[in-house]
Order: sequence, then C-alpha cells, then structure tokens
Amino acid sequence: MLENLKTIIAEQLNVNEDEIKEESNFKDDLGADSLDLFELVMSLEEEYGIEIPSDDLEKIATVNDVIEYLKAKGVEA
Amino acid sequence: MLTGKIALVTGAGRGIGAEIARTFAREGAAVIINYNGSKERAEKVAAEIIAAGGKAETYQCNVADDAACKEMIDTCIKSYGRIDILVNNAGITRDDLLMRMSEEDFDAVMDTNLKGTFHTIRHMSRYFLKQKSGKIINMSSVSGILGNAGQANYSASKAGVIGLTKSVARELASRRINVNAIAPGFIATDMTDAMTEEAKEKIAESIPFKRIGQPEEIAEMALFLASDKSDYITGQVFAVDGGMTI
Repeated sequence: MLENLKTIIAEQLNVNEDEIKEESNFKDDLGADSLDLFELVMSLEEEYGIEIPSDDLEKIATVNDVIEYLKAKGVEA
Repeated sequence: MLTGKIALVTGAGRGIGAEIARTFAREGAAVIINYNGSKERAEKVAAEIIAAGGKAETYQCNVADDAACKEMIDTCIKSYGRIDILVNNAGITRDDLLMRMSEEDFDAVMDTNLKGTFHTIRHMSRYFLKQKSGKIINMSSVSGILGNAGQANYSASKAGVIGLTKSVARELASRRINVNAIAPGFIATDMTDAMTEEAKEKIAESIPFKRIGQPEEIAEMALFLASDKSDYITGQVFAVDGGMTI
C-alpha cells in the first residue's frame, strides 16, 4: 500500500499507521463515522487530484476498497 | 466577545444584516459584508466599521447562485485563512395572495432565502469540518412559524430554513459546529418601511410588547449565537419578536 495513503488515513481518522491494514474496515476497525469518511474522501480528492462522486462512497468500506478505487481512477496506489 | 474571529454575513448591505455586521465588528470580529444589489450601502457599512476602528470588507455575490457562493467562500478562506461565523441573512420578499402569486415569485423567494442558505452552508461546512469548529446562524422569521397571509412563498422559505437548521445541526454536532436560527418578528427595516403608518400601528397593537422591534435587538441575539457563550446550544430557533409567537 502506498505509504502516502496510510498517512492520510491515519491523520484523518486519528489512528496509528500500524493499525491500518488493507482489510481494515473504516467504520468497524478504524472507528470512522460518516463525516470522517466524507472528510477522508475530501483529502483523497485533494491529494490525488481526482473527483469522487457521492454515489461512489457506498463502494468504499475498507482500505482495500480505496486502493482498488484509486487504481480504477488511474492512480497508482 | 468576538475578538479575532472572522465572520461572513450575507445580505449585510442593509437592515438586520448591516446591524449584525456592525455589532460583530464592534465586538472585535473581521466582517465580510456580502451584498447582491446594495453595493453603495454595503460599502457605506464597511466604511463606517473601518472608521470606528473595526475590520470589514464587502463582497458581491447572489446567494441564489451556487457556484458564486462557492467562489465567495473559497476566496474568503484564501484571504483570511479561516472563517468562524456564517450568518445566512440574505432574503427577499415577493408578497402576494396565493391565488395571484406567480411561480416565478415563489421560486425567486425560495432560491434566495432557502436555497441560498443551503448553498453557503454546503460550501462552508467542508471548512468548518476541518476546523472542527464554526457557528452557523440562519435567519428564519415569525412568518415561518405562524404563517402570514400574503407571504405563502416567504413563510414556506422561512419554515424551510428551520428544517434545514435542525437537520444540519444534527449532522455537524459531532464536530462542535453550532447551527441555530433566529426568527425575527416585526422589525423596522426597509422591508417593513414600505408599509403605511396606519398599517404599522395596527401591527404594533397586535404585538404583546406593543411596539415594532429594532434591528439591534436581532443583532444582539446573533452576537450571542456567534459567541462562545452559546457553545452548548444547537438546532434551536430563537424568536425575537416582542411576544408575537407566544
């Protein structure tokens, strides 16, 4: 996983980078609420210069989902 | 009470908005005076504040225009680094009896009063979320609580503002963002000056306090809701109306 992505997630959700695994579920494992996810998405949009429509938020539950999503958008993660 | 705070007040060229801008500046806030049509008056309010030793600037933007709201807020954040207080005061009336009210007049009032409030909150909230702080004050009206003959559009928009206030207050509460509404009663402004003396007297007679309110009396409530004295209050509607809604 891109270290960069880990850093963003850790900062946004206020968790240790060691806790973040590819299979981590944002809500169940990392304690994120829906506003946290919204903020995370905003950070990702800023960092990678992409736009993530609200409809796509449903597809993102785990860290791996983000990696796959970014890949599909042409971002190497 | 607001030393070092940055406040954006929409529709602050005149009436209640102008008074809120003056009051916030008096308490130490730097105020961005948004206006749509009232350029000269907005500039006059800013000049008065600066002459009194306060900080103010004007910004033209029609709040009914979503893209323009985004640009206004992004620009203000760029130049000030943050915004602490958002007052959604911009509002218009297009009074008429329902049977005679055109769809255009209904839409115009909804677009400015209700959607305008939605636009600025939506664009501001991403910054407030990051800051984990912020005060949002929306201007409703007793017309939105009691209804008012001849104001189907206006009262619908102001009742809408109450629903919007409560929902957004719930959504943003976990980030320590306060969202409240003020429902002014009959206040002496341009909006009410258009009436005849006789009509105004008749209205004053129907108010428990037997008088029309002054813009200062609304501005003091806005000041309280913008200050840290109201940190534990959110999602509420404060009627400042001389007892009209009792």
